[in-house]
Amino acid sequence: MAVQEELIKSIVYFSHLGPDELTSVQRFVFEKTVERGGIILFEGEPAEVLYFVISGVVKIYKTSTDGKEQILHLIRAGESFNDVPVFNGGANLATAEAMGPVVLYGIKKTALATILKDCPQVSLNILRVLSEKMTRLVMLVEDLSFRHVTGRVARILLEYTGDGGAQRPRLTQQEMAAMAGTVREVIGRALKSLEKDGSVRIERHRIIITDKQSLQETAGLAG
Amino acid sequence: MSTDGDRIVMVEMPGIDPEKCNGCGLCVDVCRCHAVVMVGNRVTIINTKLCGWCALCEMVCPTDAIRCAYEIVVEERSGKK
Ligand code: SF4
Ligand code: SF4
Repeated sequence: MAVQEELIKSIVYFSHLGPDELTSVQRFVFEKTVERGGIILFEGEPAEVLYFVISGVVKIYKTSTDGKEQILHLIRAGESFNDVPVFNGGANLATAEAMGPVVLYGIKKTALATILKDCPQVSLNILRVLSEKMTRLVMLVEDLSFRHVTGRVARILLEYTGDGGAQRPRLTQQEMAAMAGTVREVIGRALKSLEKDGSVRIERHRIIITDKQSLQETAGLAG
Repeated sequence: MSTDGDRIVMVEMPGIDPEKCNGCGLCVDVCRCHAVVMVGNRVTIINTKLCGWCALCEMVCPTDAIRCAYEIVVEERSGKK
């Protein structure tokens, strides 16, 4: 499908542009479709293209040396990814994978200078996008580095343990994140770390507390 | 998996709130076991043991219409309901 101006307008980078500016941006935009599970960018490779999601969802993640995956962002329609390395000339900071079929618009690094020169509004939009991303990343770093979240999750699990009665409140990872004052991406990691400690076992839709005392200790509660 | 005494209970599946669902289909696209399908413009979840509770459907849903909720139990009590 040809690149459509209407869709370019839906991208945060290109909001509030006049018709002439949109036309000049459109010249540099190309479309790319990716199937579910397709890797769009590999961490560490030179960053050549700035991407925008038109439809579908893209997962941005880093993998540790022992193969653990940490999701940094889910990128949805209208949002961009790979901005930072494209602007600073570095390598891709993370891997990008299509969670389902995805349609992307891309702009080559080499075309960006022309776009920025022709459309000053884009620079302002970029500043906004990048500051939002930065704020979110700082929060993620805080939560990942200062292990408090695992303690908070332990506390939530203890609080929401079913007592054997029929109606137990059930929690999604999103709800646990909201309660722990963090983002969802951190919860999976906290649960895995509790599982590794031997405090819980996760069986499909069940979190089984296997060592209540150790969970209480992690939660900072007297055993 | 979810049997309870003499009553056979179907496998527990993620829940959808049709009021919140906007029919975007993102959940259908990510589910690897085809448990989430679009019937007309309504998303329906098919009961299948193939669903391993990966929660991808919940993760991509822009309107929080899908819930892959966890039941939290203590081990020694888990057999009792
Ligand atoms: S939890 Fe995973 S496998 Fe189960 S319905 Fe959702 S996407 Fe499909
Ligand atoms: S992702 Fe959410 S809003 Fe979209 S079809 Fe699925 S349940 Fe509905």
